[in-house]
Formats: sequence, structure tokens, C-alpha cells
Amino acid sequence: MTATVKTDAALFELALRMGDNALILGQRIGAWCGHAPAVEEDIALANVALDLIGQTKMWLGLAGELEGKGRSADDLAFLRDARAFRNALLVEQPNGDFAHTLMRQYLFDAWHHPMLVALKSSADKRVADIAEKAEKEARYHLERSEDLIVRLGDGSAESHERMQTALDALYPFAGELYAADAIDGDLAARRIAPDLGEVGKRYLASLKSTFEEATLKAPWDAATRKGGKQGMHSEELGYILAEMQWMQRAYPGAKW
Amino acid sequence: MYAQMVKSTGERVKALDEMGPEERAFQERVDADIKIEPKDWMPEGYRKTLVRQIGQHAHSEIVGQLPEGNWITRAPTLDRKAILIAKVQDEAGHGLYLYCAAETLGVSRDEMTEELLSGKAKYSSIFNYPTLTWADIGAIGWLVDGAAIMNQVPLQRCSYGPYSRAMIRICKEESFHQRQGYDIMMRLCEGTAEQKEMAQDALNRFWQPALMMFGPSDKDSVHSAQSMAWKIKQNSNDELRQKFVDQTAPQAEYLGLNVPDPDLKWNEEKQGYDFSEPDWNEFYEVLKGNGPCNKERMEARQKAWNEGAWFRDGLMANAKKKKARRMAAE
Repeated sequence: MTATVKTDAALFELALRMGDNALILGQRIGAWCGHAPAVEEDIALANVALDLIGQTKMWLGLAGELEGKGRSADDLAFLRDARAFRNALLVEQPNGDFAHTLMRQYLFDAWHHPMLVALKSSADKRVADIAEKAEKEARYHLERSEDLIVRLGDGSAESHERMQTALDALYPFAGELYAADAIDGDLAARRIAPDLGEVGKRYLASLKSTFEEATLKAPWDAATRKGGKQGMHSEELGYILAEMQWMQRAYPGAKW
Repeated sequence: MYAQMVKSTGERVKALDEMGPEERAFQERVDADIKIEPKDWMPEGYRKTLVRQIGQHAHSEIVGQLPEGNWITRAPTLDRKAILIAKVQDEAGHGLYLYCAAETLGVSRDEMTEELLSGKAKYSSIFNYPTLTWADIGAIGWLVDGAAIMNQVPLQRCSYGPYSRAMIRICKEESFHQRQGYDIMMRLCEGTAEQKEMAQDALNRFWQPALMMFGPSDKDSVHSAQSMAWKIKQNSNDELRQKFVDQTAPQAEYLGLNVPDPDLKWNEEKQGYDFSEPDWNEFYEVLKGNGPCNKERMEARQKAWNEGAWFRDGLMANAKKKKARRMAAE
């Protein structure tokens, strides 16, 4: 491996973005364990959280390797401050009621899966290998969240209303997932990552058909809320980190 | 052990010649270690006792998600977080197998849930203690899952087929849980003075509650004889508690931790440890609902159930709509 590849700043950013999305969403849904509306949901959410934490280890492991400063996946997860996190704003939004949790999950999964499918053909083999593993998991996540969106959207009057409220609140965060910046442009040009605009087209088409079947109306024209990918987060992230990183911060250097 | 003080019939055990032909055939099958299956004839007391025992066990798995789930968002490393999520997920899975096993006895999961939420059905006293530090996650895996295994290994041979089969699956996972708990404790004990202190503190707080998991002393255990004759209980509470102490005391020593019992010592003659009985007043208080976290545990389960009603109703409403559309299309 050449030195230029080792310190590839754009690739490092990609690994952080993918890893931080998985970590923060995994952290959020991990909090549901034991509190979900049915035992099957406790199990399913734990399963998704577990996959996401597994993916975090791979992406942040790669990020640490690319950075070349000896930081491990744990160092990156537990010892970075909010401004250094690169997750999209969507995944740090609060759990809210179960409708918000499901809607956040669906809006993420419907992007995550095609993104990983595209990353499977990345010019960087390490990225392609992680995507290969993660894509199978994300496919299952998407199947499950899409199915629930449809059933609850087209369910009772109350479930419909709750899903609609969640969609209204969360849709504005969807656009960040496929809004390309200079880093994305560079990675796409080198075929390390896909053209995000293309992923976005597929994403919006699948949202459209799912919401139609679910009898839900997305506020398609709402202004996009973004910034997380560049480290400009909502106030939520600080609290997530305060809880998640507390032990590593309170007992510096201890092994667990 | 997740089922404590399961009420049986309260009557003395009948001899074979006091039984009618059906009951006698049933008891002979039990005596011959032939499994009883859902469609077989069974005494009403057997059915009811099993529903209580399996229900209590299932509820314990469900409530048991809470004290450990409490640390998922704070687990100190990604690996520990993943392992803890997997463990709590297993517990929910165990709850599900057990509810299914109880359903074969003619009681629905919703009925059992209502009984838990109304306070009528019990769950293990151990889950009413708080998890205050990360070491508590280690202590629970080591001691609580260790005690659960002591009880559940013999239950694999329980006379009721569906329960026995559920226990075989569950036991495989419980031994992984115990190992991960002990592994957390080892890491703490090899660590800094602060970490070791945390481990000792967790052992101090969980030792007695773990001993209580086996239920009251045999002399005060009024429901055991019938359950043992029916082979839905295989060993007495005191036998299992002794076995647990004999296994656990050397493990504590290996960790360099002190079991919080000044009377704990090896008894050469009985080839087992002598130890102090736990504080049974505390045990009965916890069972009555006066433990440190009873209120919080019940509130969390009630909240999950009540706030999830729209979700369950929404799915039912969708299933009905789909059925109606299918019928209209035909």
C-alpha cells in the first residue's frame, strides 16, 4: 500500500460517514431494548442494532487504518467530540414514539441499502469487502422497515396519523443522505463511491412507491436539513455522546 | 432460577392407588420419563402449576431485559456493546419461546402479559435490583445467569415436552451469557484499583440476591413435593443453592474477590461450602413489591405495553383490510 492511499483524506471521510451513521443509529435503537411494543420488536430492533454496531467496527476500523495515527475503532467511537462526527442529522434524531423510530429507520434503510449495493463495486477493495457484508444485513433491515411503514400507514386511523406525523417531522432530514459535497464528488470520480445523485434518484423512487402504498404523504418540497456529514450537528448529538462515551471519558486508559 | 415459589396444588402428593385410571396412566408416564405433550391428558393441577412456572419464567426473561438493557447505551467498548445487545436479545427470545410453550397449555400470551402487568403474575426477585455500574453487568452474567443455569439444566429433563425442549435451546445460550459475565469480571479484576473496587462492590450487592434466586429454604418451601412428583421440578431449592455456592466460591477466589459472607468456608466432611442464609425478610419484601426497583420495572413494562397499543392495533387493522381486499377480489 502506498503512502498516498494510506492517508486518503476523502476515503477516511467516507469511512467515518458510513461508520458514524451506523454507530449513532445503533446507539439510538439500542435504547429500545426491553421497551418496544411487542417482544418481536424488542428482538428485531436488537438485531438491527447489533448489525449496525458490527458495521461500525468495520468502518471505523478502516477509518483508523486509513488515518494511520494508531486510533482504533473504539478510540474513534468513544474519544471523538461532536464536531468530529460525520453522521447525517437523520440518525441522531430522538427515538420519539415508535412511529418516529420506525420512520427514521425506514428513511435510513431505503438509502443505506442501495448505497451499500453501489459500494460493493467500489474501486477500493476494503470498502467493497465491508459493503459486501453489510449489504446483506441492510437488505433485511429495509425489508422489515418498509413492510412496517406500509402496514402501519395503511393500518388504523391512529397508526396512520402517527406515521404521518413522524414522516412530516423526519422527511426534511432525508435529503442530506444523497446531497453530494466535494468529498463525495472526488470519491465518485475515482469510483471509490457511487454518484450520490444516482443513489438519491433510486432512493426517492422507492420512497415514493412505499409511501403511496402506505397512504402517506411526504412533504416532498420541505427544505432539506443537513450539516452532520460535515460535522455541523443538531444539539442531540452532544447528549448521545455524553452517554455513549461516558465510561471511556471517566476512566481514561482503562481496559474493559 | 427464574421461577421462585411457584404455587402448586397445595395438596399432598397422591399415591398411585389413590388415582383414577387417567391420572394413574399419566403419573406412570411421568415416572417412566416419557414426555407429556400438549394433547395428552393431564391433571388440572399439573397444567395450572406449569402455566404459573413457565409464565413466571417467561416474565422474568422479559423483565430481565431491563436491568441489563440499562447499560446498552453506556457499554464501554463496541465489542461490549454488541455482546450486551446480543445477550438482551437472547433474553427476549427466551421469553418468546417460553410464552409459546405456555400457550400449548391453553393460555394466550396476551393473558399472561395482562397478569404480569396487573401484578398478579410474578417474575424473579433478582430483576428488582438496580444496575449501578458496568461491573453489575459482569456480576449479573456471572452470578445471575450462573444461578439460572443451575436450575435450568435439570429443567431440560422436565416432564412437559414443550417446556423441556424450550429449556434445551435456552441452556445453550445461557452458558454463553455466564461466560461473558465472568469475562467482564476478569477484565475488571486485572484492571485498575478503581475497576477492581467496582467488581467487588457488584459482588457485594449481588451475592445475596443471587442466593435468593433459588427460592426459600426447603423447610419453608411448601410447593415442592407435588412439583417434584410431576417432574416439573427436579432438585430442591437448597440442593441447587449449595451447588451454586460450591461452583461460585472458587470462581470468586480466582478473581481475587471476597464473597461477602464471613461464614463462607469449605466443609471437608460434606465436600461443600458452609455459608450464611440470605436475608429472607428482604426476599419476601421484594416479592411483595417492595424491592429497590419493583416499581420502575413494572412501570417500564406497563409503559411499553400501553404506549405500544396503537402499534399492535395498527398491524391488526392492516391485516383485516388486506383480508377484506382479498375477499373482495375473489
